[in-house]
Amino acid sequence: MSSPMPKNDGGWTIASIRRALSEKRISARELTTDYLARIEKRNPELNAYLALSPERALAQADRVDAMVARKEPLPALAGLPLAVKDVLSTRGVVTTCSSRMLEGYKPAYDATSVERLEQAGAVMLGKTNCDEFAMGGSNENSAYGPVRNPVALDRVPGGSSGGSAAAVAADLAVAALGTDTGGSIRQPGAFCGIPGMMPTYGRVSRYGLIAFASSLDRVGPFARNVRDVASILSVMAGKDPRDSTSADVAVADYGANLDEPVRGMRIGVPTDYFGTGLDPQVKERVEAAIATLERLGCRRVPLSMPHTDYAVATYYLIATAEASSNLARYDGVRYGVRMPGATLMEMYRKTRGKGFGAEVKRRIMLGTYALSAGYYDAYYLKAQKVRALIAQDFAQAFEQVDAIVTPTSPVPAFRLGERTADPLAMYLADIYTVTGSLAGVPGISVPAGSTSEGLPVGLQIFGPAFGEAQMLRLAHAYEQAGSAAA
Amino acid sequence: MKITREDVLRVAELAHLELGEGEVDAYQRHLDSILTYVEKLNALDTSGVEPMAQVAPAGALAAGTPLRDDIEEPCTIIGEVLAEAPEATSTHFRVPKVIDR
Repeated sequence: MSSPMPKNDGGWTIASIRRALSEKRISARELTTDYLARIEKRNPELNAYLALSPERALAQADRVDAMVARKEPLPALAGLPLAVKDVLSTRGVVTTCSSRMLEGYKPAYDATSVERLEQAGAVMLGKTNCDEFAMGGSNENSAYGPVRNPVALDRVPGGSSGGSAAAVAADLAVAALGTDTGGSIRQPGAFCGIPGMMPTYGRVSRYGLIAFASSLDRVGPFARNVRDVASILSVMAGKDPRDSTSADVAVADYGANLDEPVRGMRIGVPTDYFGTGLDPQVKERVEAAIATLERLGCRRVPLSMPHTDYAVATYYLIATAEASSNLARYDGVRYGVRMPGATLMEMYRKTRGKGFGAEVKRRIMLGTYALSAGYYDAYYLKAQKVRALIAQDFAQAFEQVDAIVTPTSPVPAFRLGERTADPLAMYLADIYTVTGSLAGVPGISVPAGSTSEGLPVGLQIFGPAFGEAQMLRLAHAYEQAGSAAA
Repeated sequence: MKITREDVLRVAELAHLELGEGEVDAYQRHLDSILTYVEKLNALDTSGVEPMAQVAPAGALAAGTPLRDDIEEPCTIIGEVLAEAPEATSTHFRVPKVIDR
């Protein structure tokens, strides 16, 4: 059933696909058919995709092939096999947020991020599994079963964008869209051994992203290499009149200056990210990565970011408060499932009680409590104040350095089921990613080798707000130096 | 425990969530452990700190709330939208009876 994969060494990239298309070594339809066949074969084991969209994919591939036939200049992402996290709305294609609540729901419009990638020639293959409503760090909170990590099948792929990360790592897509609220792109990128990036708050439109926590949610790409991440960001970024929180800041061609040397760049290393709880092997790999950056001529600057230790508590108050408000819309009236009830109120309560999974209900409960009368000042307002202090840590750091480098996660991918019993312990593992989420700055995780068991380790790089270009340049330089050394 | 069973039931009521008996016990324990953990924020003196209400970096957005002109546009997707509702007519969502007379 599967045609032979037309390989070029190391797998496809955005550039190699465009070249192969324009030289007519492959058609977009062949490439699309090939990936759909690969998914059919491998997905039952990984559960990375929840649904495929073959008709839409082939129609798009044919549009690209028609451009090739007419010798038109090919758009930036022509023929790119793309996976899309199931929290991004896709017109006519089932979008569930991995929740029973939205089983069978077909949005009437496309998310701007998806629309822009398709306008640039990308081919959406299907929708990927994730933690329910993007709440989780292991993909075990999906109502449609967990995703397995293609690097080690008994391990989690990370979360919440676990399906997107696994799809790219297993070559069931060349790139993928994820969303990151507290680490949901960077941590699965680290666990699956691929780059994953969270842009600056406001850099990419969130129109059509089904909201979890509005002051934190961001849309970003996974790809096989930093250059492809940069190309996708260049297409997606920019003001969108349909998202009033999208920033009116000029968009760079993020791929243009990737090869410029990073000599002289000041990289901040916060001691607060290397304390108790950090796996010794992860620490060793990240230290080695920092040494590589120093060999490239970067200057290491020790930093103190004293509010880091308060970030998880701050994040879980703010994110759950916003979630309890955003998820109030699921009431069995306009979309998704409805459980019958004699009164409107009974219908609401039964629908929400049955439609949401355990983690989503836990967060709604926590957020509702933190916002309720008598507790608002003590919890929510206090967290908003500490958030300002965490943002101030970043602002002060970026007065001294051009980038901040840390581990992405304190641990490598853990075993399925290993951590589900203790929700608080699961939250604490978000320590290194939630900081940048709260501060609004961009961050990327890039592969930094593996543990002795062969589990990938991620190096996290934060840049200043709207400093994606320099952050990606550093990530690319490290990627190049790392693969040359390996 | 700082969270009582009554607290859990009150919050579930506010959040319109029907919980099973096992869920009430589990959420009481979980909420208690998480709320105990977040008390560490009280160790920080935040007097004089302005709460962070705007995430967008300075200069990223026009001053104040961005507003567009209120221009009427036809809605062309009413059918698609209503088709997703659990129960609807061609022009309305249907819900259980709200007012008793």
